[in-house]
Amino acid sequence: MKNWQNRLYQTLKNDGIKLFSYVPDAGHKILIDNAKRDNSVTAIPLTSEGEGIGIAAGSYLGGSKAVLLMQSSGVGNCINQLSLIKHGQFPFFTIITMRGEFGEENPWQFAMGEAVIPTLNAMGVSCIKIEKEEDVESTTKAALTMVFKSERSVAVLLSQKLIGAKLF
Amino acid sequence: MNLLDRKKAIPILIGDNKRFLIISGLAGPAKDIGFLTKESPNTFLFGGAMGGALPTSLGLALAKPKKTVLCVSGDGDILMSMGCLATIAITKPKNLIIICVDNASYLETGGQISHTGLGVNLDLIAKGCGFRITKTIVTEEQLLEGKKVLDDNCSGPVFILLKVSKSNPPKYSRNWNASEEKFKFRKNLIN
Repeated sequence: MKNWQNRLYQTLKNDGIKLFSYVPDAGHKILIDNAKRDNSVTAIPLTSEGEGIGIAAGSYLGGSKAVLLMQSSGVGNCINQLSLIKHGQFPFFTIITMRGEFGEENPWQFAMGEAVIPTLNAMGVSCIKIEKEEDVESTTKAALTMVFKSERSVAVLLSQKLIGAKLF
Repeated sequence: MNLLDRKKAIPILIGDNKRFLIISGLAGPAKDIGFLTKESPNTFLFGGAMGGALPTSLGLALAKPKKTVLCVSGDGDILMSMGCLATIAITKPKNLIIICVDNASYLETGGQISHTGLGVNLDLIAKGCGFRITKTIVTEEQLLEGKKVLDDNCSGPVFILLKVSKSNPPKYSRNWNASEEKFKFRKNLIN
């Protein structure tokens, strides 16, 4: 069990995240398992990442905080749904495990992996990449402040340098 | 048999709209609901992000379990987010009612026939996903039965398929600024 991933879960919980939506992903396994075990939060498996956008916006309308956990390949499934976030100026928080970058062995992953930052930026989502374990907690806290205090939309990207390309 | 007219059927089915938090899908249903509620603060209307009404209503229902959330959306919008019917069914929010206003066509873009006009039955799909209650409304008698489902505060999730004719929704000039509508909705609900 990787300690930084358990600490990441605690950081999200301490900030009051109540809803974790996700498409199953090996890089997010520990976060997802934590959320599923925890009776004080709701973990929602999705059929497609795009559902997580509306769920986050609806959660905010009701005064609650949500996070969308996905892999870089899921970003493409979210693009038009992000119209709701950008036009409506909703706060939005997502944590994305990267594929198609450092040490990737599946050539299919590069197309979307390389498109993550340009497409998210085009839809008004700021991206902050984490490559080192010691940055996980502070960067996540910074992102949470940007999202829920300043009502911005922010993606934290967990690099394959951090999660390990061979994990998959 | 004549299909129901949405302008008459939707107000009868919903009754007192103030008892609900309402998320409306884009196009026709946004006009139906905007006209009905005059965009009172319990209403949030989509104007884009097609397929977003179902997941937004799910997020709201989970955040506000003591309120009843009503999602009113068209067949086109729900066809685009059919996977979310599965997500709602497994999440089982008791306080979520979905009304699909099914005119079997894309009226907004010129009346092209939709999948529901070619045999796809969204009631059966919702049932297959595991919705606790599903109901198809074709006749006036079924409309009153559907109204009873809403009035009796049944434990959801509920999926109501309201089959309507291809007549136009009411004319309504809405606020297109989703940021303002979001602010109004939250201020009313949370403060």
